[in-house]
Amino acid sequence: MAGLALYIHWPFCVSKCPYCDFNSHVRDSVDQDMWRAALIADMAHDAALTGGTPLSSIFFGGGTPSLMPPETVAALIEAAEHHWGFAEDIEITLEANPSSVESARFADLAGAGINRVSLGLQSLDDEALKFLGRAHDVREGLAALDIAQKVFARTSFDLIYALPGQSADAWQTELERALGFGTGHLSLYQLTIEPGTRFATLAARGELGEAEPDHGAQLYELTQACTATAGLPAYEISNHARPGEESRHNLSYWRYQNYAGIGPGAHGRRGDLATTRHKKPENWLSAVDRNGHGLQSEDPLSAYDQGAERLMMGLRLTEGVSRDRFPAALLDRSAIERLTAHGLLYPDTDRLVATPQGLLVLNSLLAEILVD
Amino acid sequence: MTELSHIRNFSIIAHIDHGKSTLADRLIQQTGGLTEREMSEQVLDNMDIEKERGITIKAQTVRLNYTARDGETYELSLMDTPGHVDFAYEVSRSLAACEGALLVVDAAQGVEAQTLANVYQSIEHDHEIVPVINKIDLPAAEPEQVRAEIEEVIGIPADEAVLASAKTGEGIEEILEQIVQKIPPPTGDRDAPLKAMLVDSWYDPYLGVVILVRVIDGVLKKGLNIKFMQNGTQHLVDRVGCMRPKIEQLEELGPGEIGFITAQIKEVADTAVGDTITTVKNPAPEALPGYKEVQSVVFCGLFPVDAADFDKLRESIHKLRLNDASFTFEMESSAALGQGFRAGFLGLLHLEIIQERLTREYDLDLITTAPSVVYKLSMTDGTEMELHNPADMPDVVKIAKIEEPWIKATVYVPDDYLGPILKLCQDRRGIQKQLTYVGGRAQLVYELPLNEVVFDFYDRLKSISRGYASFDYEAIGHREGDLVKMNILVNAEPVDALSMIVHRAAAETRGRHMCERLKDLIPRHLFKIPVQAAIGGKVIARETIGAMRKDVTAKCYGGDISRKKKLLEKQKKGKAKMREYGNVSIPQEAFIAALKMGEE
Repeated sequence: MAGLALYIHWPFCVSKCPYCDFNSHVRDSVDQDMWRAALIADMAHDAALTGGTPLSSIFFGGGTPSLMPPETVAALIEAAEHHWGFAEDIEITLEANPSSVESARFADLAGAGINRVSLGLQSLDDEALKFLGRAHDVREGLAALDIAQKVFARTSFDLIYALPGQSADAWQTELERALGFGTGHLSLYQLTIEPGTRFATLAARGELGEAEPDHGAQLYELTQACTATAGLPAYEISNHARPGEESRHNLSYWRYQNYAGIGPGAHGRRGDLATTRHKKPENWLSAVDRNGHGLQSEDPLSAYDQGAERLMMGLRLTEGVSRDRFPAALLDRSAIERLTAHGLLYPDTDRLVATPQGLLVLNSLLAEILVD
Repeated sequence: MTELSHIRNFSIIAHIDHGKSTLADRLIQQTGGLTEREMSEQVLDNMDIEKERGITIKAQTVRLNYTARDGETYELSLMDTPGHVDFAYEVSRSLAACEGALLVVDAAQGVEAQTLANVYQSIEHDHEIVPVINKIDLPAAEPEQVRAEIEEVIGIPADEAVLASAKTGEGIEEILEQIVQKIPPPTGDRDAPLKAMLVDSWYDPYLGVVILVRVIDGVLKKGLNIKFMQNGTQHLVDRVGCMRPKIEQLEELGPGEIGFITAQIKEVADTAVGDTITTVKNPAPEALPGYKEVQSVVFCGLFPVDAADFDKLRESIHKLRLNDASFTFEMESSAALGQGFRAGFLGLLHLEIIQERLTREYDLDLITTAPSVVYKLSMTDGTEMELHNPADMPDVVKIAKIEEPWIKATVYVPDDYLGPILKLCQDRRGIQKQLTYVGGRAQLVYELPLNEVVFDFYDRLKSISRGYASFDYEAIGHREGDLVKMNILVNAEPVDALSMIVHRAAAETRGRHMCERLKDLIPRHLFKIPVQAAIGGKVIARETIGAMRKDVTAKCYGGDISRKKKLLEKQKKGKAKMREYGNVSIPQEAFIAALKMGEE
């Protein structure tokens, strides 16, 4: 039986990146005591409802959680252990920006209990970093990576590719360099223009666009080949790991296991309930003050919704999903047969597993195989 | 009642934009039919579409009282006739109600094909023609050249042609004077049994059906029990009057007079243009000659873009039909387009007008399928059938012979564009009948299969000649042709709305065009999609829509599930709106675009 995953959202950033649509906010000052207390209160509320299951993972996401005072991180980890207890090999990840200011705190964060870090390196090209609105340059980023790999038990970093004008050769060179740092986990995302971002505004003006599908597909396939050769095959659409180095926390999303989500805008799945926290930091804070928790809503999920979510998440994994986890009525058998014949699904009777070609068109594939 | 000798009935013949309506307005103004304040531009064309396109769809009349130079006051009835070949029969009835015509020719443009056709019709009716060279105020006006052209091309004397400008008012008085002097008065017998011609009719929300009539013999008055000799129905006249252009009620209409009656008739369909009106009590021994039943020449499917609008479409079509009995319709069901109607029209312009009125006046979004003509099929078992819809084509082995309608087309075009126009006619299986050069322009007469013309002939003609070519046609009956039904298959399944009947020689080109177009219109799917054009089992053109390469969300974690699920639902909903052919979802926009006329 899998343990519970805990997600903690820290919503603050020094500046907003033009591609990012996450719940992140720039504030002049943050009342650290108040925020620590509020997050602990919000956690206590969910813990009271999900107690008894030890935590298998904690993930500090944001925003920029590497800006959190290490004491706050320590206090939250301590509170979590107090409420739920920890599985023996608990994975505690924190997202970090690879700036010199932040990397200086890595040792303290490790001391607070963080054993895995996910670095927002994003690119190994200074021009690209500027385009992406990042504060660090390549030199600073690699220095941070170096520190992280020394300080934390496990390290992952993110790269964004399929940037405007990026050729297959340029990406391959960058990726091969990235694979040479000995890092055990990489998240490799194609640039997506999300609504509400500065990039979306540029795109609406015709000044920016996502890669053409054919080019995007070529870059994706190249990525699969390079990472596999380097011994970090994809285990999810955009995630690659040396076997055993997968993100256990994120796997619990994709395997559709329960997770608690606390902090502004955090989502959770608790049995057949979808939990949502108030998104705006100030609203969340006053909700915690008023109600003792930051919950905005708890929405029951129908069997169909749960099945659809399980399928949507599970098919992202190269391991796919077990067929016996779905109500049979949810799947369009003839569509599955057809898509299998087209080479988009593996012919497997026990599990539904998308082929590499299938993963590349997963959205359309889902729309086909999911019954209305 | 006015003495016959003081009545003049005339029509106006003009090409679109040669200033017919403006001239009519000027005549009304000059004779005091309307005060300055009441004159809105182009009084006679009532419908928005008529005003916008500068064409007349319904016949209109205006009665003018003009005191001539001889001191006598004359009753002039101006008949504004439909100016398009689609309404040729209506035109012929309007002309039959007159004794003369004003021939209005643009001083800068000269004589056009459409003008020719109408003027010849007018001459056939023994009309006295009064030529008017209009727009002489234009800098490009060349009245003397146009005068020569009228004599040369039309063959009527033009030395006395009035030089006029409807815009400035120049020559208007002279036109009125020539009408009185040159156009003969009507003849008729007041004491003979009533004989009046039904010239046109329309639906008025206040008056009901209004009938435009020309009395030949006898007298039409209120309270009379009348009979439509062709239709066989009887009605009680409850109103008699004329238009000035405002409605004026009269005691009676005598021989030679043009006016209107109402007789508590609910539907325009009950009033056949060309019918003879007589009295029940003392009927005329025989009906007027020249009556014809209206026949649809061009057919197309009309479907609502939104299936939920079907009832609204049905209602709107019924309402429109109240006012225009010359189009026909029946229910049609298409796998691609859902529920709709198969409608028949007098011609392409008529089709466009009805489509536009439905869209505009009834606020409907419509899909119009490619227009088709009426084929006559002789079956191997000896029976015959008419085919209005390619989808209804029987199995070829049962067909002995297919005949298609042909037309005689008259094209009038500046010399510079003659070559490409000849090629166009030739490409469309045309048979050249005549080619005459008249001062820098050529008059071409071709026999053409109508199905080649309904396709996009007119648009091509206009674009080749940069709008300078004019075109007119008349039906010349059916002829046998090597015609085949071409199916369009998407992923090996035929798409009913796209099947068409084409000449075997043109099939490949048309099929290739359609496949190319669909390739651009059908979104990529998860698999390759063949798009084929086929005659029976034989594929004559093929394109392949490549499989979709990439459609995946890069980032999806715990916080994204709800949002991404909504996107998935949206994607599924979008799919549900499409039509499925062999597992291929075709968006309705693709059908609309593929069916759009004249874009090849």
